[in-house]
Amino acid sequence: MSLLVSLNLQRKKFHLSVQAALDSSGVTAIYGHSGAGKTTFLRWLAGLEKNTPGHLVFNNQVWQDENFFLSPQQRQIAYVFQDARLFPHLTVRGNLQYAYHRRFNNNGPSLKHVCDWFDMSHLLENDVTTLSGGEQQRVAMARALLSSPQLILMDEPLESLDQQSKEHILQHLEKLHQQLSAPIFYVSHNLEEINRLADQLLILQQGKVIAQGSMLEISSRIDLRLSHEDNAASIIVASVDRHDEHYQLTELLVDQQLRIFLTAIDHDVNTSVRVRIPARDVSITLQQPQHSSILNILPCVIDEIENDQAINTDARVLVRLKFASQFLLARLTRKSVDKLKLHPGQAVFAQIKTVALLNEHRQ
Amino acid sequence: MLSPQDLDAILLTLKLAAVTTGILLLLGSPLAWWLANTRTKVKPAIEAIVALPLVLPPTVLGFYLLLAFAPNSSLGQLWVAVTGDSLAFSFSALVIGSVLYSLPFVVQPLQASFEQLPKSLLEAAATMGASLKDQFFSIVMPLSKRSFLTAASLGFAHTVGEFGVVLMIGGNIPGETQVLSIALYDKVENLQYDEAHWLAGGLVIFSLLLLAIIYRFNRPVSIGSVRGGRH
Repeated sequence: MSLLVSLNLQRKKFHLSVQAALDSSGVTAIYGHSGAGKTTFLRWLAGLEKNTPGHLVFNNQVWQDENFFLSPQQRQIAYVFQDARLFPHLTVRGNLQYAYHRRFNNNGPSLKHVCDWFDMSHLLENDVTTLSGGEQQRVAMARALLSSPQLILMDEPLESLDQQSKEHILQHLEKLHQQLSAPIFYVSHNLEEINRLADQLLILQQGKVIAQGSMLEISSRIDLRLSHEDNAASIIVASVDRHDEHYQLTELLVDQQLRIFLTAIDHDVNTSVRVRIPARDVSITLQQPQHSSILNILPCVIDEIENDQAINTDARVLVRLKFASQFLLARLTRKSVDKLKLHPGQAVFAQIKTVALLNEHRQ
Repeated sequence: MLSPQDLDAILLTLKLAAVTTGILLLLGSPLAWWLANTRTKVKPAIEAIVALPLVLPPTVLGFYLLLAFAPNSSLGQLWVAVTGDSLAFSFSALVIGSVLYSLPFVVQPLQASFEQLPKSLLEAAATMGASLKDQFFSIVMPLSKRSFLTAASLGFAHTVGEFGVVLMIGGNIPGETQVLSIALYDKVENLQYDEAHWLAGGLVIFSLLLLAIIYRFNRPVSIGSVRGGRH
């Protein structure tokens, strides 16, 4: 998929300017704080922001330029709104059929498929007003997929849900990801959601794109605010090496060099997986400790130490470590950095307290 | 009891009301939709024109229509040229007069309903590929069902009950332009009070029944009752 975007939107007290060539498949997350222009951007992609000048070309098909505007109904997209927007005069089945009868091509999933994916066959005859928030959002997503769109847009679909429904839908989405050919644009300000779902990342800040690229690469950049969020984390790709039945652990191999342990997962040996290592759970020692309870103590080299006073005004400093050929973020106190006299190029050991499996890694 | 001429008047009245209501729904729905969505500056002026029959004495409208329908007026001449018949004192004249006179009773409930309709649902439908026409029939109409029923009933009842306009432009021709309210007026003029009672009483009962049905079905519904927004 290729998407060429040039947008310059001037509204009262708000300016959104996006110039980008996005060439992606899978999930592209659009990340930013509230007011950054994420939703406006997504709505503009859908053609729902009328009278907004700009250029938009999707897969060599012009959607908008100076003299042309393709209406939303002709763009062959699906949009999952933050509020589910189910049609109240139709049942769940009626809502799903509304999209299915108007689907854009015949290669897409059937009603039965999406009901299985979202585990909702038992809801079909229900009145949509009787559904819980989580159920409504699942119906909204199922409905979006039944359109067989060429592009799926999702605007913080999990925002208004409680933790449990959120987790439930995230699991569905992670699975789904592999069965869909249509690219997904996913707006969110929740870093964990993005870490779990996204392949690519586009970061908006005050109406401007400040970073764009693969999530693995961007999430290890310490010059971006992203890595300064409370739950900032590095994403590491590793392959499953062996399972330890006795201790219920799985050993992963990073770039054929480093071993990481994590609690047993059921992926096959040699499967490539992504794990998430929170920056606050990584500490540094100069020598390899012999008597530590921490299992994952791995050699690495300091790549970069953040010293931007403008971003960093508190006691903590972010350090980027070269970890085999990937990067690991560690959040340390400024005091420790000074005490250990840490500097780029120095060989150290990273002690990793938690490693969480995200999902299978797709190339 | 009712004479054959009275029966004719009743049938003619029902026919006039049915034709008028049909035309009003066809013309009134797009007009109401446009009024509910337009941002043009002339909207208040159009709304005022639509609402005019609510405040004007019907005879005023009737007077102007009588002038417009006269065989020597341009509209009257055009009508003769196109249809071969004279417009004055014809059933067609009654229909045109009734459509204008009952317009607000159809347009206003529809406009109110369309204005309340969440645009967010139409956006959702649009992203699913529904054209504007498709959106109107698949989302707007079903969600405004009750308002259409109200609009149709009010338009119908109001046309049945009209007097001033038809008195001015109808000509009181039995079987052709003599409607119920005019027939009743004739009876009273001729002191035929027994017959007058049949017509008047029948009209009261009919109107009561119709209004009762409207109020029975026109319970307020909240379209935005779907949860899922912010909690």
